[in-house]
Parts: sequence; structure tokens; C-alpha cells
Amino acid sequence: MYGNDFGPRDDAPLNAAETQDYTQALEDYFNGLIDEDSRIEPRDAMPDGYRQTLIRQIAQHAHSEIIGMQPEGNWLTRAPSLRRKAILLAKVQDEAGHGLYLYSAAETLGVDREELLDKLHAGKQKYSSIFNYPTLTWADAGAIGWLVDGAAIMNQVPLCRCSYGPYARAMIRVCKEESFHQRQGFEILWTLSQGTDAQKAMLQDAANRWWWPALMMFGPPDSGEKAADGHTAQNMAWGIKRFTNDDLRQKFVDMTVPQAIKLGITLPDPDLRWNEERGHWDFGEIDWDEFWRVLKGDGPCNAERIATRVAAHEEGAWVREAAVAYAAKVAEREQGAVA
Amino acid sequence: MSNDNWPLYEVFVRAKRGLNHVHAGSLHAPDAQMALRNARDLYTRRQEGVSIWVVASDDITASSPDEKDSFFDPAADKVYRHPTFYDVPEDVEYL
Repeated sequence: MYGNDFGPRDDAPLNAAETQDYTQALEDYFNGLIDEDSRIEPRDAMPDGYRQTLIRQIAQHAHSEIIGMQPEGNWLTRAPSLRRKAILLAKVQDEAGHGLYLYSAAETLGVDREELLDKLHAGKQKYSSIFNYPTLTWADAGAIGWLVDGAAIMNQVPLCRCSYGPYARAMIRVCKEESFHQRQGFEILWTLSQGTDAQKAMLQDAANRWWWPALMMFGPPDSGEKAADGHTAQNMAWGIKRFTNDDLRQKFVDMTVPQAIKLGITLPDPDLRWNEERGHWDFGEIDWDEFWRVLKGDGPCNAERIATRVAAHEEGAWVREAAVAYAAKVAEREQGAVA
Repeated sequence: MSNDNWPLYEVFVRAKRGLNHVHAGSLHAPDAQMALRNARDLYTRRQEGVSIWVVASDDITASSPDEKDSFFDPAADKVYRHPTFYDVPEDVEYL
């Protein structure tokens, strides 16, 4: 029921001039909704660029949730207590759920989940680069919750007001659940910060490795001179994006530095200092070469993440087949009972 | 065989007794029973519901946005369906 039926159909005019009028009417309809900050719903007419941008963004977001299960999944069997293990399991299960909400949202735009997964497996669609870094110690499980989920929330809260209804609704659900993730991560780190010297060192080491990749999660610079380069302006006009990457990154730094101070750790940036005049924390230059390198496949775990995902998909095939066979058998029996 | 054969279901959740079932989202499942179980795991992990409906998306008939004017207009000029339409003396109570 998601097909776009407000759009050219068989009975649409064939005459060129009329077709132009028709296209104009569709555009006016879409722009009218955007101008009044209303929501676009699946069966509304929408420009192809809008549809394609959303498919790409929602798919990438869904893939990130699914691949994002792996770094923390690495610690499920080695969590330090039953309490931590139960929490981590619930968190990883949430990430799977977030992926499914998002694939559903993408499907309302006329793509199949199967098709999106194929593209992920073939490396034709991306996921967030942050998940290409390894989780070497238990402190990394905490750092992911604190920094990675913290940055994700900063990105995702404005998406709850995204102009595309199904995406916005999925994000409201995701954000509600995500706040537990961030708090549990901070709690892990807070516990370490109250522990032995070795535990404190583990905490500091995790912060050293995750700080810069977390800042990269907001994407390349897109304000000031850079504003004209990327898609930010168009996406803001369409109401898909509400703030620039740079604004969100600054907000994240401002929010996180006091938390780091509370944890008693040093963030690995010699240029990090409070700027009284701006009322914000100044921070150093991000290594964008590293960002592009990891994005293009040359991160520490890129190959491993995809291989694990593909293996899970292939090794789970028999479960999906069995479910279909069972459904068919039950349906057959029910028909037999009726006849 | 793959998900290609798994139809889409729309999921409706009743948050608590006394409230309507409300659309929560959708999911794929091999049949309605599995859809119900998957919906439990996907949409009620935090006790968001006391009852779930699943409906095959293909079975839903929906109004179309391109006829929204002609479809909903008949209601627009019938303001007398609202209580505020009526002039009554201000000092009459319980109206």
C-alpha cells in the first residue's frame, strides 16, 4: 500500500504542454507541504532527488545499526558480570530493532529490504565508518555507549523532525531507546574511573582511540565556505537535515567535554580549550584523510565487518527457509480443514 | 528462498486497556503468526503494549492523497456539525 499513486498514471495527459502543467502541479503540491513544515507521507508525490536522497540516507542509517551490533557483540561473552551481560544483550538487540524500523521506513519509498541488504553486502551502500574501529578492551564497550551513541543521538534528535513522516516516526522510537545506551556506556566508564590504576588507564586508552572517530561521525565540514560543496543546503531546504554537520559537532563537543572532566580523563586534543568569547569549546583539526580512508574501505575492521555480516546472512538462510516451509504447511492444513 | 517470499505486515499496538490499537510500524514475516511474534520482539521490548494486531499490508485499502480534496471536501461546508455553530443565550447552563 506504499505505491505512489499521486503521480503520473496511465490516464495522465500525453500532450507535452499538459504534461508540463501536470509536473508543475506535483511540484507545487510537494513544495507547499515542505513550506508549511508539514510531513511528506509515502503515497505523496515527491521529487526523485528527494526520494533517492532519503533511500540512500535511511539505508545507510539502517546498515549502521545492523553493522553496529558487531563491535559490542564482541564483548557479549566476556562482559565482566551477568548484569553487564544482560544490559549489553538488550542494547545489541535494540540496535537490531533500530535497523528493522529503518529498513521499514526505507521500504515505504519503494525499495525492498532484500535489495538494500544485497547492496550492503556488495559494498555498494555504506554504513557509519565508526564501526570499522575495533573494540579492544571492555572500556571500549563503555566508550561506544558514551561517545558513539552520544554522537548518534546528537545527529538523530533533529531527524525526529525530518520532513519524511515514516523516517521521523522511526527516529522518535530510536531516540527514546538510545538514551539508555548512552547512560549505560557512561556508567561503565564511571565505574572504571572509580577503580584501580589499570582500570583508569583502560578508560583513558579507550577515550584516546574513540574521541576523534566520534567527531568524524558528524561528517565533513559543511558550513562557512564549505557550505556550497555538499548536499547540506539542498537537504536543509527539503527538511531532511535541520542543522549543519559543524553545528552538531560543536554541540557534541560542548556537551561531552564536561562529562570527560567528570570522568577524570584527558581528551586527546591539545587544542581543546574553552573559548569565552564564542561561548563554546574550541577543538583541533580533524584528520579528514583518515576519515576518507576508512570510509573507502581501508579501516582496521572494514573487511571483517562485512564478512561477518555476509556469513550471518548466509548461515541463517536455512532458518528463513524453514520458516517459509512451515508457514506453507500450516496454510495447507488450514485449507484442508476448511475443504 | 529468501525474504522475497515474506509478505509485509502492518503492526498495531494497544498500549493499555481502554486505548485503541495504534499503528506502530511494519515488518516482514513468513506468516501472520510469525509476524505477531516478531512484532512482540520488535515493537514491545519495553512493555509498550498489552495487545497486538498484525494485518497483511496488501489487505489494506487506503484513501489516496490525490483525491484528498474531493474525498474530504463534503465535510468542509457542514460547520453545523460542531456544537460551537449554535447561538444560545450565555446564561443557560449545561449546554
